[in-house]
Amino acid sequence: MNRFIGFLRKEFYHIFRDKRSMLILFGMPIVQIMLFGYVISTDLKDIKMAVLDHSKDEYSAEIINKITSSGYFSLTDNLKSVKEADAVFKKGDVKLILVFEPDFGAKLIKNTRANIQILTDATDPNMANLEVNYLQGILQNYNVEINSDKKAPFSIQPKTRMYFNSNLESVFMFIPGIMATILMLVSAMMTSISIAREKELGTMEVLLVSPLNPLQIILGKVTPYLALSFINALVIIGMGYFIFGVPILGSFTLLMTETILFIFLALSIGIFISTISKNQQVAMMLSMFGLMLPTIILSGFIFPIRNMPLPLQIISDLIPPKWFIVILKNIMLKGVGIEYVWKETLILIAMTMGFIGLSLKKFKIRLE
Amino acid sequence: MIYKNMDASIQVNNLSKSYGNVQALKNINLDIKSGELFGLIGPDGAGKTTLFRLLATLLLPDEGSAKLCEIDNVSEYKKIRNFLGYMPGKFSLYQDLSVIENLRFFATVFNTRIEDNMDMIRDIWVQIEPFKNRLAGQLSGGMKQKLALCCALIHQPKILLLDEPTTGVDSVSRSEFWQMLKGLKERGVTIVVATPYMDEANLCDRVALIQDGEILQVNTPDEIVEQFGKKLYAVKSNDNYQTLLDLREFKSTNSVFLFGQSLHYTDTKNEASIDELKTYLANKGRSSTVVEKIKPSIEDCFMALSTKSKAHE
Repeated sequence: MNRFIGFLRKEFYHIFRDKRSMLILFGMPIVQIMLFGYVISTDLKDIKMAVLDHSKDEYSAEIINKITSSGYFSLTDNLKSVKEADAVFKKGDVKLILVFEPDFGAKLIKNTRANIQILTDATDPNMANLEVNYLQGILQNYNVEINSDKKAPFSIQPKTRMYFNSNLESVFMFIPGIMATILMLVSAMMTSISIAREKELGTMEVLLVSPLNPLQIILGKVTPYLALSFINALVIIGMGYFIFGVPILGSFTLLMTETILFIFLALSIGIFISTISKNQQVAMMLSMFGLMLPTIILSGFIFPIRNMPLPLQIISDLIPPKWFIVILKNIMLKGVGIEYVWKETLILIAMTMGFIGLSLKKFKIRLE
Repeated sequence: MIYKNMDASIQVNNLSKSYGNVQALKNINLDIKSGELFGLIGPDGAGKTTLFRLLATLLLPDEGSAKLCEIDNVSEYKKIRNFLGYMPGKFSLYQDLSVIENLRFFATVFNTRIEDNMDMIRDIWVQIEPFKNRLAGQLSGGMKQKLALCCALIHQPKILLLDEPTTGVDSVSRSEFWQMLKGLKERGVTIVVATPYMDEANLCDRVALIQDGEILQVNTPDEIVEQFGKKLYAVKSNDNYQTLLDLREFKSTNSVFLFGQSLHYTDTKNEASIDELKTYLANKGRSSTVVEKIKPSIEDCFMALSTKSKAHE
């Protein structure tokens, strides 16, 4: 036991004296949450819009007013002719042009039918789609509003409600993704680097010659990161909850248990990487390309898995964070219990066992 | 300790080790007695580090076996790791930990405390104690080695393996270091030291001369010198390098090497004719030639043995 505490003390000295690891440990989660929460937001806010109003009547004015007061769009230009549209888009600020046909109001009253054209800058197709959808939503609302006193004989009015994220906040999506990324980074990359460093600096040689057995060396190496990762997980969930209002609808205990399970998995991957890499550089490269990129790209964190080609979908099944993100979303946003995530949990447990087994087999009690 | 009264000897039998096509050690046989200060002398790449790693249970031999304290170092490596002190050639302590933190860490690794072993390390510890709160990475070369020795001794090992402990250390620290080893020897610790410095060989009880993975000779330093066999002469002139070339062409030259400020020369006859030598060199245009008979050193013996083994191949 004394040995273990001595080893832990040494590890914490290493971590706290190395500015780089301190930065990765504590700077990274906060910066990432801030980045994804505020900067890389896929929510619409103040999209610059121009209007080409051929009719200029009270109806068109009211509609423009409705749109700008929604907060999603802001009016920047009033165009005089459709010829200007090209130039405006090319300048790049304006993403959307709303065109009212001539005699818009009159047609609306007389024919109960008037046309609006929406032009969008589709260089970013996802954003363009999103803008059109939002705009249609606003127009739809207006439609309902002006018809509220009349009884249309037959009409279907779809009323949508977004389940589990009713305001379509993208930060709800990112918190689970960031959790998975950070825990992977801290647990797997940091442990693999710290074990590889002992090899590189030759201190592993001395540790091996000592009576410490492999399990004691590994436990001593891994425990500090288990603790620090857990703290990180709390920080991320806390920031999500208090700053961005990401709810935790399910059981907090279950959430933490799953988190610890995932940390174990990441640590075992880290140990595995360290057993196959000779120095810090190799360990870093392996964790970066073998773990970080797939975690960010293939886990469903940013890009939806169902849109990927089949081979990539199959690969994504092999990526541990994918399952963890599913579990997190289910527990945090849907509030479900273990009965809905047991399958994913079992997959994580199986993966952990697999990597621990591999590492024990690979860990060398000698130098070769 | 359980191992207090055990026979701390080392037996090496027909030990061989290759890395790919390179044979690092060829059929090594050594018999090191308990309590001996044993030197392993040889140039870089001779196989010293490989032999140390094999003895320290860090490598597996291809052939042969080694026993430390009469315990086999392959099948029972765990036992050996309890009473073995090992100091690798490369500085292998934690540079970001202070002196005292390093020492404390290695004490806990061996389940012991610094205070319990102060007796063993006191002589060395007093020298590094003034720097005990300095980070190990910021110590001078000599200090680092003293700290590493302290860490290797903290569990009172019966056998101490030191791989080039004095390489890159200034001469004052070197002699201090050897003084410490003498002190440890008096406590009955078996010490095996590798060194590329021939002058350190005289400080050992016995030495093994090793080259290209082969042991050339194992003997006491005095006997190695006695076995030199031929009379040795130091030759000096105004141009040592030209003299070296000239002597290589001299008809009765057995061997000639450049040794610092002079050339060491042996003749094919046991006794060389100094006059004949001088005349020959004068004819070659060398002036102010001095030839004197000297006592051979370990290095001379090493050179003689290594050329002999090369000629044999």
